[in-house]
Amino acid sequence: MTTPKPLPAHLQDMQAEIEGYAREYGLDFFPIIYEILDYKTMNEVAAYGGFPTRYPHWRFGMDYEQLSKGYEYGLQKIYEMVINTNPAYAYLLEGNSLVDQKTVMAHVTGHVDFFKNNYYFSKTNRKMIDGMANHAARVRRHIARHGIEAVENFIDVCLSLENLIDPMSPYIQRVRPKADSELDGEPDEPAEIPKLPAKGYMEDYINPPEFIEAQRRKQEAAKAKAKRFPEERQRDVLKFLIDYAPVERWQRDILEIIRDEAYYFAPQAMTKIMNEGWASYWHSKIMTEKAASAAEIIDYADACAGVLATSGARLNPYKLGLELFRHIEYRWDRGQFGKEWMECESLEEKQNWDRRTGLGRKKIFEVRRLHNDVTFIDEFFTLEFCYEQKFFTFGFNERSGNWEIMSREFKEVKRQLLQSLTNRGQPFIYVEDGNFENRGELLLLHRHEGLDLKMDYAADTLKNLMTIWSRPVNLLTKVDGKGRLLRFDNSGFSDKSADYPDGA
Amino acid sequence: MSQKIDLDHRRFREIVRGKIKQNLRKYISQGEMIGRQGKQTVSIPLPQIDIPRFRHGDKQQGGVGQGDGEVGDAIGQGEPQPGIGQAGDRPGDHLVEVDVSMDELAQILGEELELPRIEPKGKEKIVAFKDKYTGLRPTGPESLRHFRSTFKRALRRQIAMGTYDPRRPVIVPIRDDRRYRSWRTEPQPQSNAVIIYMMDVSGSMGDEQKEIVRIESFWIDTWLRSQYQGIEARYIIHDAMAKEVDRDTFFRTRESGGTMISSAFKLCAKLIEEEYPASEWNIYPFHFSDGDNWSVDDTVTCIELLRSRILPNVNLFCYGQVESPYGSGQFIKDLQEHFGDDERVVTSEIKGKDAIMDSIKDFLGQGK
Repeated sequence: MTTPKPLPAHLQDMQAEIEGYAREYGLDFFPIIYEILDYKTMNEVAAYGGFPTRYPHWRFGMDYEQLSKGYEYGLQKIYEMVINTNPAYAYLLEGNSLVDQKTVMAHVTGHVDFFKNNYYFSKTNRKMIDGMANHAARVRRHIARHGIEAVENFIDVCLSLENLIDPMSPYIQRVRPKADSELDGEPDEPAEIPKLPAKGYMEDYINPPEFIEAQRRKQEAAKAKAKRFPEERQRDVLKFLIDYAPVERWQRDILEIIRDEAYYFAPQAMTKIMNEGWASYWHSKIMTEKAASAAEIIDYADACAGVLATSGARLNPYKLGLELFRHIEYRWDRGQFGKEWMECESLEEKQNWDRRTGLGRKKIFEVRRLHNDVTFIDEFFTLEFCYEQKFFTFGFNERSGNWEIMSREFKEVKRQLLQSLTNRGQPFIYVEDGNFENRGELLLLHRHEGLDLKMDYAADTLKNLMTIWSRPVNLLTKVDGKGRLLRFDNSGFSDKSADYPDGA
Repeated sequence: MSQKIDLDHRRFREIVRGKIKQNLRKYISQGEMIGRQGKQTVSIPLPQIDIPRFRHGDKQQGGVGQGDGEVGDAIGQGEPQPGIGQAGDRPGDHLVEVDVSMDELAQILGEELELPRIEPKGKEKIVAFKDKYTGLRPTGPESLRHFRSTFKRALRRQIAMGTYDPRRPVIVPIRDDRRYRSWRTEPQPQSNAVIIYMMDVSGSMGDEQKEIVRIESFWIDTWLRSQYQGIEARYIIHDAMAKEVDRDTFFRTRESGGTMISSAFKLCAKLIEEEYPASEWNIYPFHFSDGDNWSVDDTVTCIELLRSRILPNVNLFCYGQVESPYGSGQFIKDLQEHFGDDERVVTSEIKGKDAIMDSIKDFLGQGK
């Protein structure tokens, strides 16, 4: 991208105006720098995930093509784009109407407030523009040295594993890793079994053989655990590979780049519903209460109708998040929470429940600070909300060959919703053993939660994994309720039935 | 303006090209391209271009939706919503569909089959004239008035004169502001190549045979179209009688009579003589059949028609014989016997769908 043109004066004024309203409402955001882009450049930047520079890779070209096609067919117009950095960069589409630009600005302030204050973004790199540029430079250097083919193919391999990270790990205080001295220097001869001190003739009474045996077993188990590699199941497969896979230095560097970017984007996937909901909540509030003139309201409503429409089988994160924030605000304004509310049995009483607590605004600010999509839904998606918003679950009907409405039961809807959000709808995969069967093979475990893996994809992914691990790789999963071990080695893909540990 | 993305985009197109090339035989034999001919591009699903990841299978996965409907109602899959990031609640469950223009496909096909570029006969291009609305002018009929530019000019004038009031934005165009669409008459080079497809639709040609003909003619059409700017195609079907039909009918009908190949040849000769003088046209008749002609007499008639009325006028005459459980397959032998060393006649036996590629190479590998 060229150096950004300064924003024209009338848009600068508009920005100042909108941000003024936003602050009055209590939004707290990084400085925002707007750039106006023509739609081609907009598509380019969007393909790069909002960044001006990324490492060279064909998939950005693929995304760009899909985006451009969408624009040409009028299926989608990029509505808004803003990146989580300090200062935040946001983009406006050249030639949009002023109402649209205003709405986008109001929307963007909501996003940036969310980036700045939501807990799950607290560990992200706010200088990621530089981070991305640095990654790009490193990848280009590797390409110069090893050729585009080799590097691109390796990036393809890494991308196929990029979802194998532990999105929660940045927020968890891990136990202090053991110092090397504690791991090494284990004597091979059996250690002394701890015994209670006893005189010779009392020995068998005080330390009976069973006790000695039990002590010995305890020791064995502890030693076995220490020998396990990794000691605990590890969810961050990428990290495990970086630490232990026999790859060249430049390949390790690329693995690190991919992992770094995956962690940067992870919070956005974890909070998509909230983040879009929050931004939509504020743009509609700012526009309807402050910014839009009477003449603009119609256009504004028009534009919103498109963005907030739901269509059949698609969950519209904008709409769900927006409605849920409003629902929370409504409840806390009327005191519809707490013990008394929970225990109230009368529907009529609940409908007219208004304690004039007026805590709604305060509550939604608190929610936006502490929650992610899963906890947001888990805590605030209520029966009333579910029926009011006409939610349903759908599934594939094998008999008719159609996707069909399955249920409108609250419990069912909520379960399904949480399931599709947990781990961003992706399977839980762990490194179980880095020295499987004592042959240096890799064993991954798929923690099965009711959904089988897509087999052809799994086979291809294992193949990619072996490229990195260089020894055969295995994955323990369940298919149709029975344990199966998938394997990829030099003779290709195979699978056989296997014991699946209970409670895995 | 060149963009950074251009490199990545080119790289992507290269990969697509490679994948298409790898799978060309598969695509060609499945006839999955023929779905869309209206536009000049086709969409090709390329599952193997996707980056594989561990993910859940689709069938057990449901989702959550919103709106009216009874339990058990079918729902359509909606378009993704605008916005950045994966829309919808099931990430990555889209097949990568790539748009490829027919020209590019033809090129790939050409490269893969090593087809030579066809040199059109050195003929005068016929030129037709067509009116195109291209510009604006200050006079014209009211029906052609260009509203937007008229009002833009009026606005410009009013601002310049200081008579524009943004609080009462009324704009009144005067005579001078009006602009009308103008047209230019453009010479349009007209095609000078025609393909005449003939298909035997007699009872012995089954659906499978027709499908093969359909796919093969489509690809031949695609290739020839990429070689000529604009090309005409005519379609003849025959059993014991021949008639000219439109493209749709050609690919769909199923008659069931006897077979008189000569009827088609007669019609073809008539078309050429009446509409396509050989001095100005590159003519490519293609005939597809299961080779089961009605009688020896009729075959004699066919040979005669070819020799005297068709071959002298055409670039190439192609005969493709589809293998059929019922046909005798005699006709191809008769043709080979009579025209075995005539360069203008190409025959090809199509054993099944997988042989389509080879058959196309038989026909077009000549580069005539």
